[in-house]
Amino acid sequence: MNYIFYFLIVISIIAGAINGKLADVVNAILSGAELSVKVAFSLIGIMAFWLGMMKIAKECGLIEIISKLIKPITKRIFNEIPEDSPAIGDIAMSFTANAFGLANAATPIGIKAMEELQHHNKDKSSASNSMCIFLAMSTAGFQLVPATVIAVLIGIGYKNPTSIIAPTLLVTTIAFTCAIIMAKIFQKFWKPQDNNGGDS
Amino acid sequence: MFQGVMNFISLWALPAIIVLILTMGLIKKVPIYEVFTDGAKEGFKVSINIIPYLVAIIVAISMLRASGIIELTGELLAPVLFHFNVPADIIPIMIVRSLSGSAALGIFSDIAHNLGPDNYATTLAAVMVGSSETTFYVLAVYFGAVGIKKLRYALLVGLLADLIGIIAAVSICNFMYI
Repeated sequence: MNYIFYFLIVISIIAGAINGKLADVVNAILSGAELSVKVAFSLIGIMAFWLGMMKIAKECGLIEIISKLIKPITKRIFNEIPEDSPAIGDIAMSFTANAFGLANAATPIGIKAMEELQHHNKDKSSASNSMCIFLAMSTAGFQLVPATVIAVLIGIGYKNPTSIIAPTLLVTTIAFTCAIIMAKIFQKFWKPQDNNGGDS
Repeated sequence: MFQGVMNFISLWALPAIIVLILTMGLIKKVPIYEVFTDGAKEGFKVSINIIPYLVAIIVAISMLRASGIIELTGELLAPVLFHFNVPADIIPIMIVRSLSGSAALGIFSDIAHNLGPDNYATTLAAVMVGSSETTFYVLAVYFGAVGIKKLRYALLVGLLADLIGIIAAVSICNFMYI
């Protein structure tokens, strides 16, 4: 991440200077910083709501039931997490929220799942294998119906807006599957640096 | 039919989950109000925790977008991608997709309105945007919330999966619509 961070910023400044857009690049620092705080603050309310809901779901045993239902699948993908961990239920809830395009529920629940995975992580500053797989699943953007995109298509009078559902679903399924497989392969070669950063 | 079912599920998923959680809580004699407020307390802390990570990522990406390098890369890639039936208008979406969801949606909107419903670029853009998730944002928020600083291979996998998604979108649309 250190190199990526360096690269993104230095390349922007160099490219900005060449394109004569250096002033815009400098202004982007301020607008980007403002936007970050706006994004974080806009999350507070909805995050509180879903963390509250998820706590009830955990206390009443609902998460445990969901975990048991999907155990045959998660056992293979998250083999380093104990089978009865609440993390499994949270992951399932987050995946469901993503699949139905419930973005404002998916983020808080995803973070909740990440926190549960962090409990099983030995080196708290380094991502465990399970965390990397969960992240790969989340960034692949698996979604059944891309509602916003369809709304734009309806707006311009596209002949059959829902026809894009099938190709879109196929694309995200391919990306999603590949993400999990790649994460599984990379974890063999990319060991935690000090050899104790894996899952307990 | 399929669309009808999906709309129904999208509309009812959240209310159903909420009712299910609350009902089951009551049945199991969980003090739902206390537990809810107790869990919700964390919301503020988590949101504040992710600010440093968001600032790092969003500032860097805002700078990158302002520098004009995305357009420049697009121009360099255009002749190559032309051979794969990728219209030049699509290229900014390919590059921006992993970096900023709102930017990708914005470019898609532009393409849709300027090129119209019958253009292949509109369809390809729709599939490409519809199948994407903003890798950098998810990474910053999810790992930021729990204080992960060493990402190991997480970003690499995310970006490779994005690349695979782009290739899949181009091939599938080529096959279906050309």
